[in-house]
Amino acid sequence: MPETLTIDAIQQWLNRFASEITTQADWLTELDSAIGDADHGTNMVRGTAAVVAKLDDGSTSTVQELLKAVGMTLVSTVGGASGSLYGTFFLEMGRNSPSSVQLDASELENALRAGVNGVIARGHAAVGDKTMIDALEPAVTVLSRSLADGRQLHGSIAAAAAAATTGRDSTEPLVARKGRASYLGDRSAGHIDPGAASATILVAALAASVGEGIAR
Amino acid sequence: MNKLINSPQTLLADALRGFAAAHGQLSVDFENRIVFSAAPREGRVTLVSGGGSGHEPLHSGFVGAGMLDAACAGEIFTSPTPDQILAAAIRVDTGAGVLFVVKNYTGDLLNFEMAAELAREQGIEVASVIVADDVAVEDSTWTAGRRGVGTTLILEKAAGAAAARGWSLEKVHMLAERIADAGRSMGAALTSCTVPAVGKPSFDLPEGEMELGVGIHGEPGRKRVPVMSAAELSHVLAESITTDYDFSGKPVIALLTGLGGTPLIELYAMFAEVSDRLKERNIKVARSLVGNYVTSLDMAGCSLTLVGADDEILDLWDAPVNTPALRWKD
Repeated sequence: MPETLTIDAIQQWLNRFASEITTQADWLTELDSAIGDADHGTNMVRGTAAVVAKLDDGSTSTVQELLKAVGMTLVSTVGGASGSLYGTFFLEMGRNSPSSVQLDASELENALRAGVNGVIARGHAAVGDKTMIDALEPAVTVLSRSLADGRQLHGSIAAAAAAATTGRDSTEPLVARKGRASYLGDRSAGHIDPGAASATILVAALAASVGEGIAR
Repeated sequence: MNKLINSPQTLLADALRGFAAAHGQLSVDFENRIVFSAAPREGRVTLVSGGGSGHEPLHSGFVGAGMLDAACAGEIFTSPTPDQILAAAIRVDTGAGVLFVVKNYTGDLLNFEMAAELAREQGIEVASVIVADDVAVEDSTWTAGRRGVGTTLILEKAAGAAAARGWSLEKVHMLAERIADAGRSMGAALTSCTVPAVGKPSFDLPEGEMELGVGIHGEPGRKRVPVMSAAELSHVLAESITTDYDFSGKPVIALLTGLGGTPLIELYAMFAEVSDRLKERNIKVARSLVGNYVTSLDMAGCSLTLVGADDEILDLWDAPVNTPALRWKD
């Protein structure tokens, strides 16, 4: 029987994302104060708390509806560039998910790829620009490769999370080419990008939830 | 840092409440944080702008007859959200289309872009103009590009007048693009600003030093130098702007805005110098405006904006306007 990610596991992923963001909010803000405007932690806590509240109201019954609702909630509560980018990620995931109560491995892969492509299109960013794409792009690339190699979803998502972490750390020496950090020029080097850091938390939370939530 | 607030968390909501109380001719949507004009808009193009709060009177202070139809207020220094902007566009659109006036910051760009997509899905015609006039930032594909500052005000005034005269969206948009292309700004900070929720200055600027080319959110400038006199600073600002754009042979609209923490008497002393520097360069200032118009909370300092105009733009600038922060008759 193929592995699937149930709607409950997706909800658990988002709850875990919210609680990890809260735990690491000070760190995210610290990263943002070095090269941005010191509000990434606060903004993400506000947005993910709103997502948890939205999911708790039980108004969504399919994966597609749920992901779109998450996207709209983030867009309207996070603010700034991050709100629009995270919102686009989930809206595009939702648009590319089936109207069912679960995702199989290839459906999850397609949805994640669509989400990342949406962020790339919205932000006009590429790998190496010192943005969340530096974590997200290698994560979905590794996920696809791993699934194509015949590995299970659980192991593939874990590999994707590891790739996100490596991608996040790769932003440290980079000079930012997008967003407010780019005004700093060479002075943006030497700091991890806060968006890449929160995006890594997102992928790690998915790996943890897949580990627990797969129906076999 | 002493602040005249109830709490950082309620500051924006409290300010909007005060804005509504002070300006009964405007209507405020508190939930969506939008200020609406009561000016008639039957059948004409409408203008929506917005941005992070903390730059008052930009943008709410420029809502009213002959200027903006709606302004969306984001959190302090954080862009408004697409749903907010969409709500504004839906309410003011007459079927003639909406012009979004956007300052070039990544957050504003992305949120106005999403809002434009959502509005178009609902059948609203939207055009956007992006103001990127700050010469302190290197205009490069490797950065987010130049920031939007003072030209925004001049554009909102002239495009608002054009919309009031019944111009089509295409024509208002072309005018707005023309003004955005012909505007240049450069500023200097004598102190940092303090974001209330953060409670300490956004950057460290020791006594006796100033930051040249600072951004209106406390972004770093071109360089840090010992504090200059008004005369010395006027040379730097005029030189930076006029070497970036050729203002000769056309009438210029000049704006000297304080950044929030500099008294008007200093701004006028500064404008005297600026005016001399422009005369020395044979630049003809046809219209000018001095005061706190595009601010950065409590930052001390100023920013100079020049827009290369023509008779049409001057005529639109002179047209009647009735907003909280800008008001004149024919």
